[in-house]
Amino acid sequence: MLNMNDILETIHMIEGENLDIRTITMGISLLDCVSEDEDRFCEKIYDKITRKAEKLVAVGEEIEKMYGIPIVNKRVSVTPLAIAGGALSRDGFVKAAKALDRAADTLGINFIGGFGALVHKGFTPGDRNLLAAIPQALCETGKVCSSVNVASTKAGINMDAVKQMGDIIKETAYLTRDNDSIGCAKLVVFTNVPEDNPFMAGAFHGVGEPDTVINVGVSGPGVVASAIKRAGDCDFSTLADIIKKTAFKITRMGQLVAYEASRRLDTPFGIVDLSLAPTPAIGDSVAHILEGMGLEQCGAHGTTAALALLNDAVKKGGVMASSHVGGLSGAFIPVSEDQGMIDAVSAGSLSLDKLEAMTAVCSVGLDMIAIPGDTPADVICGIIADEISIGVANTKTTAVRVIPAWGKKPGDMVSFGGLLGYAPVMRLNEKSPAAFIARGGRIPAPIHSLKN
Amino acid sequence: MKAVITVTGKDVVGIIAKVSAACAENHANIIDISQSVLDEYFAMIMVVEIDQIAVEFTKFVEKMEALGAENGLVIHTMHEDVFNAMHHI
Repeated sequence: MLNMNDILETIHMIEGENLDIRTITMGISLLDCVSEDEDRFCEKIYDKITRKAEKLVAVGEEIEKMYGIPIVNKRVSVTPLAIAGGALSRDGFVKAAKALDRAADTLGINFIGGFGALVHKGFTPGDRNLLAAIPQALCETGKVCSSVNVASTKAGINMDAVKQMGDIIKETAYLTRDNDSIGCAKLVVFTNVPEDNPFMAGAFHGVGEPDTVINVGVSGPGVVASAIKRAGDCDFSTLADIIKKTAFKITRMGQLVAYEASRRLDTPFGIVDLSLAPTPAIGDSVAHILEGMGLEQCGAHGTTAALALLNDAVKKGGVMASSHVGGLSGAFIPVSEDQGMIDAVSAGSLSLDKLEAMTAVCSVGLDMIAIPGDTPADVICGIIADEISIGVANTKTTAVRVIPAWGKKPGDMVSFGGLLGYAPVMRLNEKSPAAFIARGGRIPAPIHSLKN
Repeated sequence: MKAVITVTGKDVVGIIAKVSAACAENHANIIDISQSVLDEYFAMIMVVEIDQIAVEFTKFVEKMEALGAENGLVIHTMHEDVFNAMHHI
């Protein structure tokens, strides 16, 4: 039986609190496109992606209409190209990235993820060629996203890969310097990367996945923030309960959309990723949730505790609402995509060190952070090594997506446009970790990786 | 199956008549109406049965939206599943 209050609550969440389905992402395996011939490989991946996802955008729009809920993005993730295109040269990978970009244009999607490699224990020749191709590929395409997994709790940290990523990020920033180094906004360095994450820039289609799959990412920081505001002055148990109930409702919406998309596209349902993903829109901020809990501004002492409570309650509420939960699932804390974070950084309340601490309890990591353009590659490697260590030691996903914005100094603004938002350039510790990074090799896996 | 039609906007004569006429035209059977006017602001929630509708549901959604636009109103039509999913286990 439909209840008027329930109807009004749902409509208010959508109209007034920015509730939306952030993305329907179709994962597509490219393992059957393997070819030694670069042109043939590009042709095969273009054909398969455009064939399998042909109806993705149309079906997304139909569901949007049927349920009256915005589905902001329709996207595709593919098998890491370094695996599917293991035989390609560096130039071959650049061509393949362009083929992915063309496929994305044909489909009318805004991002395609999977131009990446899994190198947590070492490199294949294909991995090396792909990594070498990343800067040019990100410069010469618009919709291709790249992610590289450099560590895992089981394997430890491939510090050679970390070292290389520092150089790759610098080169990508340089090649896209005319556009605020936007190439780096499409490049993530991971540990413990999930194989079914629907969110960009880190989405790819894992090798254990079926041929095609539908994964859905929900969002709704505004809904949680409003619920906390309505609750007023309550204790932490009540606060956690309010977040759980709200997360449950949001996730049920995601499950419904995922089920319907899977049915209409005749593609198996994979997971719902129950993340709180902010946007620069007013009222769609994770920082504002933390502030709503009683912090003067995000970044104040107490922020990590507030985020830990939020992240845990979101998972607990969401997990019963969906038959399969996966991906990153938790609260995202990207700086440039969150008005509250942008304000906190601009006001000097939120430092990079505090953000790093927050990543120990959030769902991903140092995300969409603009740093000075003249930051040495070694310092970027140090940032990556620190962040990745948090993930490895805590058996969680962490990631780094920093943008050394060419020509920009601390305090300058960098603008990426759209969902990627804008960010103030953050100040870094300028002491050099060069000799540490130069050691090379692997940092061994932590003792608690030995669970068998 | 049911759908929920919400209508909001500045109150003028004949809103219910127009929305009801559009429902009838498309064979959507009205089973519940809740409506109020506050400070000249009109708000209505209508529950309709859509098993027999004459057009595809998404087309019906578009028609109702267009009707709203023609009359300075905002009309949203949403399938009942979305409310059931969110509020019922």
